[in-house]
Amino acid sequence: MSIFTKEPIRLIVQGITGKDGFFHTQKCAEYGTNVVGGVTPGKGGEKAGDWPIYNSVREAKAATKANATMIFVPPPFAADAIMEAAEAGIELIVCITEGIPIMDMMRAKRFIADKKVRLIGPNCPGIITPGEYKIGIQPGFIHTPGGPIGVVSRSGTLTYESVFALTNAGYGQTTCVGIGGDPVNGTNFIDCLEAFNADPKTKGIVMVGEIGGNNEEKAAAYIKANVKKPVIGFIAGITAPPGRRMGHAGAIMSGNSGTGQGKLKAFRENGIVVCENLGDLGAIAKTTFK
Amino acid sequence: MKIHEYQGKELFAKYGVPVPKGGAAFDVETAVRVAESLGSWPVVVKAQIHAGGRGKGGGVKLAKNVGEAREHIKAILGMNLVTKQTGPKGRLVKRLLIEEGCKIAKELYLGILPDRETGMHLIMASAAGGMEIEEVAEHSPEKIVKVFVDPLAGLLDYQAREVANGLGIPAGAMKQFLAMLKNLFRLYVDYDASMVEVNPLVLTADDKVLCLDAKVDVDSNALYRHPDILAFRDIEEEDPHEVEAFKYDLSYIKLDGGNVGNMVNGAGLAMATMDAIKAAGAAPANFLDVGGGANAEKIANAFRILLSDPNIKGILINIFGGILRCDTLANGVVQAAKETKLSVPLVVRMEGTNVEEGRRILRESGLPMTTATTLTDAAQKIAAAVK
Repeated sequence: MSIFTKEPIRLIVQGITGKDGFFHTQKCAEYGTNVVGGVTPGKGGEKAGDWPIYNSVREAKAATKANATMIFVPPPFAADAIMEAAEAGIELIVCITEGIPIMDMMRAKRFIADKKVRLIGPNCPGIITPGEYKIGIQPGFIHTPGGPIGVVSRSGTLTYESVFALTNAGYGQTTCVGIGGDPVNGTNFIDCLEAFNADPKTKGIVMVGEIGGNNEEKAAAYIKANVKKPVIGFIAGITAPPGRRMGHAGAIMSGNSGTGQGKLKAFRENGIVVCENLGDLGAIAKTTFK
Repeated sequence: MKIHEYQGKELFAKYGVPVPKGGAAFDVETAVRVAESLGSWPVVVKAQIHAGGRGKGGGVKLAKNVGEAREHIKAILGMNLVTKQTGPKGRLVKRLLIEEGCKIAKELYLGILPDRETGMHLIMASAAGGMEIEEVAEHSPEKIVKVFVDPLAGLLDYQAREVANGLGIPAGAMKQFLAMLKNLFRLYVDYDASMVEVNPLVLTADDKVLCLDAKVDVDSNALYRHPDILAFRDIEEEDPHEVEAFKYDLSYIKLDGGNVGNMVNGAGLAMATMDAIKAAGAAPANFLDVGGGANAEKIANAFRILLSDPNIKGILINIFGGILRCDTLANGVVQAAKETKLSVPLVVRMEGTNVEEGRRILRESGLPMTTATTLTDAAQKIAAAVK
């Protein structure tokens, strides 16, 4: 069972003709995702592998009945691609692109706010329901189908670390969501926690945060008030110096807000089991999820 | 990206945001000429570095005549300016801004930035100008006026009036203030600023609004559409390793006091790797995210940048292949290690997309290296190697 999707996925890929876009389209299809086509303006009518290419999302949707899109469009055009997909009525938009200007994302987020759409990312690894489908760039083989753990993370590669640790400890996953490292994004921790809490197959949650902003603190308060399942929390960047942007545009501590210690404190005070060293996640899972 | 105050004020002037008359100078004689050309005394001599707190550090001085001006110019130009933001090492002052003085009636604070929580633009203003806004926020948050601006609608008239009323702008200065705020907001949006801050914004004795400071940070993701901001870049204000990394589109940050160089893909994993190195008893010398779209050449450049830091006693490579494939990484490492004649211990830990192929490339390269299975294992191995 997957959070955020109900009907069978029919995926298009915006930017399917790029090198990375095409490589990961193939990987998604190999994993079992139903890829029905791609969009690259100006290349409509051509093919990418066996997949038909369309000039616009509207065309692609009319021809393929697509209900999900994966975006690999370069940063200057990515926010536009998100808005195009939302306007065309695509319900699940997964934006992989890294490096979108923040003002572009602010406009896009506002633009899609009143539409029936779930945006995951940008600057994220995507979403995967192991054994069923993946929309994103995750290495599929590290996942284990069947649950019972849900994973949500701000970082791509850290999601993989966490999933791999769970797999090695004998825990499968229901859905793993990378919400992305940008300061303005579509889906946040609380959206995922709410969905995991409501999903009967999910029995426990791993939440991977990092320094900067206060989403982890808000999520911790939400968990205490609403989530009835055990949650393990990890924060990356405990040793990072303040005032410097650690790669992710969102990963910057300013003043006393956004510090790793503050987030760990919020975790502890709200009943979240803290994993200080990611290498210990498997062992902590065994004592927490039982 | 940060720019200097005098460059920010050039942008302000271009957008009709009032700033004092003045000019920049990089040597004593030019600076004195600028001071004289302003035509009135006193003038203010201001050190131009990419850090705040300059006044308290002795980098801003008032001169009542040309003799004093020359004295201050000579003292500040070339001084090592230590402020709260520069750290104890301080920053060498190579540029000055010389400006006319003014009669200040009231000091205010004004800032505009993207608010990550709401996805809206946030205008923050405070009648407690001159103070750091963080201090005001901590001790008297009720003194801060906050107005959220919809990114699709832009700054509306009534919102500008809300800011003005919150600051207690007198009737005589109202029209000028509202025009200034709208122009400043336009500048902020046009230039993809991640922060525009005026501290202090002053009301003069004759009810005029004037920006005595100008801090403009530009979103580095948006620099591709702002060639004029890129031209403002002052690489002497940046760490030479970071300048080199910027050339190759690598996300690199030098950390003080470290001895383990590390190369990771993904910002989150890079931070977690730094944490793990520290937990294992060594110290990370840098943050380096090679990113998702890295190719062999980019990896090789990243390797060279790490090795150019003389404090590095060992290197840890930690890659979890997603968009970056392990074989690509392995080819880059092999190429770079051969070119640079690697002389420090190297620990490699690799998982993910095409990991078997990546491991084969490393194994068959004949390079001396230690492989590791998990992040903890890798951190412990490199910590043992640099002891």
